[in-house]
Amino acid sequence: MPDQVAAKPVPEPTPDTQPYWDGLRAGKLLIQSCASCGKLRFYPRPMCDACYSMESTWVEASGRGTVHSWTVTHHPFHAGFKGELPYILATVDLAEGVRMNAQMRGIDQDGLRIGLPVKIGFEAAGEGLILPVIGPG
Amino acid sequence: MSLREAAAITGVGETAYTRGSGKSVLAMQLEAALKAIQDAGLSPKDIDGIVPYGAGVVAEDFITNFGIPDLRFSAVTPMGGASCVAAIQCAAAAIAAGVCNHVLLVIGRNGFSGNRIGARVAQMPQFRTIAEFEMPLGAIAPAQLYAPMARRHMELYGTKSEQWAEIAVSTRHNAILNGNATMTKPITVEDHQGSRMISDPLRLLDCSLESDGAAAVVVSASDRAKDLAKRPVLVMGVAEGHPDSPSAITQRPDLTRLGLAKAAPKAFAMAGVTHDDIDVAEIYDCFTYIVMCQIEDLGFVKKGEGGPFVGDGNIKLGGRLPINTHGGLLSQSHMAGMNHICELARQLRGEAGRAQVADAEVGLVTGYGDMGDGSVAIMRRG
Repeated sequence: MPDQVAAKPVPEPTPDTQPYWDGLRAGKLLIQSCASCGKLRFYPRPMCDACYSMESTWVEASGRGTVHSWTVTHHPFHAGFKGELPYILATVDLAEGVRMNAQMRGIDQDGLRIGLPVKIGFEAAGEGLILPVIGPG
Repeated sequence: MSLREAAAITGVGETAYTRGSGKSVLAMQLEAALKAIQDAGLSPKDIDGIVPYGAGVVAEDFITNFGIPDLRFSAVTPMGGASCVAAIQCAAAAIAAGVCNHVLLVIGRNGFSGNRIGARVAQMPQFRTIAEFEMPLGAIAPAQLYAPMARRHMELYGTKSEQWAEIAVSTRHNAILNGNATMTKPITVEDHQGSRMISDPLRLLDCSLESDGAAAVVVSASDRAKDLAKRPVLVMGVAEGHPDSPSAITQRPDLTRLGLAKAAPKAFAMAGVTHDDIDVAEIYDCFTYIVMCQIEDLGFVKKGEGGPFVGDGNIKLGGRLPINTHGGLLSQSHMAGMNHICELARQLRGEAGRAQVADAEVGLVTGYGDMGDGSVAIMRRG
C-alpha cells in the first residue's frame, strides 16, 4: 500500500478573519486597519484595542520586512509536516509595524540574523489554501 | 484587603509518576486529592472549595466521589502551566472573602499514555489564534512556538545552550534524590549537547516530560491551618500576570519578557521580602530556557544575565538559589507545576529528604503557561 500523506492542520476562518485568507488567495498580504482610528492590527480580530471600534478596512502590506527571530524544527510533531523536516519558521517584523510567522524558502540557516531583510511570498498548500512564505529580501 | 498570609498550604499529595498508568485520570486525581486531604489531617467532607486544573475533570466529580456535602466555591484558572499557582491566588481570594475554608487544587493526566501535547493544544481555546494562523504553517507544538524566544535571547545577549544544559543536569540530579521521579539516570552537559535537536535551539534535554499521574494541594484559611496535622506553609504573596499579546507570542512587544515580569513585583511587595530572603525556588520548567527567562523576570538578575547565572552553578543544591529540588517537569513529572507546589511545601516543612535545603524558611514557586502567562507565590514556614 502506498504511503498516505497525512493531512496538515488547516485554518478555519471566521467572519473576522476571512478577508485575510481571501487576500492570500489573491496574492495579497492584507493587514487589518481600524476604520475609526487607523491603527493596524494583526492577527485579524474583531476589535481595535485603541478605540474599541469593530469596523475595519484591509490594507495591502508591502511584503517587506526583517527577521525578528526563528527556529529550525527537526522533530516530527505532526505527520503532515514530516516530509519537510527540517524546516525554518521565522518571525518577521513587517515594514508596517506588525509581525508574522511563516516558513522560510531559499534562505540558509547559517545566514540567519536579527534584522536580515526578507520578502513575503505566497505558496499553494492544496485545497485552495495559499500560505505566506518568507524569502530573501 | 490583602491576601498576605490569608491562606496556607496545609496538605500535599502525589500519585506515583509513570509513563503508562493504566488508570483513569479521575481515579488518579482522587488518589492524589485524598492523600493531600489526609496529609492535612482533614476529611474529604471538610473540603468546601475546589479549583481543578481546567481539563477533563470537574468539581462535580469530587462532590460525587467524596460525597462532599456543601461545596461553596469552584473555579478554574485556565492559564496552561501557570494555572496551578494562579489557583493559589484564586483560592486565597475566596478564603479571604469568607466564602470557604479548605480549597482543593488538583491536576492529573495521562500525558504520556493518553493524548500527547501536540494533539492537546489545538483543542485549547487559549491556542485558538495559533490554531488558525500558525499551526497551518507547521508551528504546532510549544517547543516550536517558544524556541524563537530562546533564539532571540541568544542573539541579543550571547546566551549559550551550554548554560541551559546546567539547568537540565542539576534538575536531573535532584530528581534522582526524590524517589518519585520518571528520570533516574544522571546526565552531563555533554549528554545535553549531544541530545537531538527538537526545534533549534531547543534540544531533547531542554524539553520537559510527558507524564501520567496526579498531584493535589489543600489551601486552607490561615486561622484554620494552625490546628491541622502538619506545620502550615503560609502564602505570603501571590500574583498572576499576563504578557501583552497573550494570544500569540509572535506579536509580543518583547519576546524575552513573560507575564511573570508583571506578577513578580506584586508578589514580592505583598510578601514583604526581598530576593535575598528566598532560600529555595521551584520554577516552572517546561523548557530550560523558560526557567532562565523566569529567573530574570522574577528580578533575581537583570534581563540578559540569566545565562551566566544558571551556567555558574547558582541553581544547584547548595548554590545561591537552589531550584527545582524535586526534579521538576524536566525530570520528575509534568504535572503542570502542581508538583512544584508540593515540593515547596515539603521544603518549608523540612520534609524534602535528601534534597532538603538546610533551614529553608522562605521559598517561591512559579507557573508559566500558554503564550507567556505567569504566576508566582512566595511562602514561609509557619
